[in-house]
This record gives sequence, C-alpha cells and structure tokens, in this order.
Amino acid sequence: MEPRSHTDGEHEMNIQTDANMRFHQNSLNLRAQRQEVLASNIANADTPHYKARDMDFKAALSGAVSGRMGGPLALSTTKSRHLEGRGDGMLPAYTLYRNEQQSSVDGNTVHLDTERAAFAENALHYEASVTFINGLLRTMQQAVQGQ
Amino acid sequence: MSMLSVFQIAGSALNAQSVRLNTTASNMANADSITSADGTPYRAKQVVFETVQMGGPQSQGVRVQQVVESAAPMRLTYDPSNPAANEEGYVEMPNVDVVEEMVNMISASRSYQTNVEMMNTARVLMQRTLTIGQG
Repeated sequence: MEPRSHTDGEHEMNIQTDANMRFHQNSLNLRAQRQEVLASNIANADTPHYKARDMDFKAALSGAVSGRMGGPLALSTTKSRHLEGRGDGMLPAYTLYRNEQQSSVDGNTVHLDTERAAFAENALHYEASVTFINGLLRTMQQAVQGQ
Repeated sequence: MSMLSVFQIAGSALNAQSVRLNTTASNMANADSITSADGTPYRAKQVVFETVQMGGPQSQGVRVQQVVESAAPMRLTYDPSNPAANEEGYVEMPNVDVVEEMVNMISASRSYQTNVEMMNTARVLMQRTLTIGQG
C-alpha cells in the first residue's frame, strides 16, 4: 500500500473535525428543542387535559446525523427535483407522549418531579455540548497557532 | 432560537399562576362577605387554564381561559340578629372553602417558583452559548 501523502492526511483530519463539529451542533440544537418541550410540560403542570411530551433523543440525533433532520416524517430526497413534503406546523416525528405515571382526575399527565429532573439533566447535557464545541474550537486554534 | 421560547413559555405560566394566586387572594379576603356588588353573597371564583401555542409547534405555553364561579352551595349560618338573615334566621355566607383555597395558594406559588427556576436555567444556558469560541 502506498503511504498517504501529507495533504491527504490533512484533508482527512479537516473532514473529521468538521463532522465532529456538526455532530455537536446537531446535538446542541436538539437539546435546545428538548428544553423547550420540557419547559412546555412544566408550564402546563396545572392545565386540564394536557398530555406531557418528550423527545426520543436517540432517534432524533441519529436522524439529524444521517441528514433526515427537519420536520415531521421528513421525506428523504434523492434527486434535486424531489419535493421536500414537510407538514408545517406539526411536531417532529420523534416527539412522543410520555407514559402516564400517576393518573389525575383532570386528565393531565405531567409528573412534575420527572419533568424537573429531565429539565436539569437536559441542561447539563446542553452545557456539555457547549463545552465540547469550545474544546474543538480551542484545538483548531492551537493547530493554527502551531503551539 | 429555541431557547428563547423557554422564556416565553415560562413567562406565560408565571402570568397564569399569578392570576390564580390573585383569585385565591380574593376568595380568601371575601370568605365572609355576605353582600357583594349585586347584593348577593360573594361566590368563590376559580381559574381555568388552557394550553396555548407559542412560536414553534413544540412550545406550548399556558393562559387563563376563563374565571368560573364555584357551583358549591352557599354556607348557611344561624344568626337571627344579623340584618341579612332570612325568615328562619339563617344567613347565606359565601361558598369559599378556606382549606381548599390554602391548598390552591400553595400549589400556585410552587408552580410559580418552578417556572422562575426554569427561566434562570434557560438564562444560564443562553449565557453559556454566548461564550462559545471565547476561551
């Protein structure tokens, strides 16, 4: 096998940093979205007939990474003239209803402790993503400065 | 911007909960008001919450849909010396359940606190986001 040339390796590294960055960017966006969903749950803790929701984060992230981001049940477009077929104003497909833990007479399914725990956890993950992005940027800066 | 709508959601909840707290305060204050503006005893009021869409499809705030009067029967007290007493000597008192109102008040204030905390968390996260690439 032929040894890889210098420029080839550089190119590969660039692609990898780019992919890393995109992964964390996707993750950050989805965390912000999930924060919104959980905020809605907490705000509606006393609203009759409100059904708590959450995101299937694994499905959402793998969808975003594989390029099937976007709206509810987004169609994959393989040709440039394919239409996108988004249902606007609808929830993304990975937003699901939460299983009821304790039923209440008014039909509300928000369990405040669960929601608050999830909110705190999601905030921590968000901060982690920010930290990762900062780390990547610092790495690139160090590479540029040659230190 | 997703995180900004957390402020909107929490803000709507703060508004709704403070209306609820206000209603509880009027109920408690008028627990013994045997005449109101229309001459009849005060009737306990309750708020009805409703989900409202704000911004994107996944951000759902809350608002007060209406304020309803409690359908509970009026409290009758035997007090013949009272000028408002009827022929049998009973006075119609407001249908305010003080214990229920206290529970309502605690629930509203806890919900209010939770939403304030939520806003604080969102603020911290946004500030952290603004520091991306600075260190």
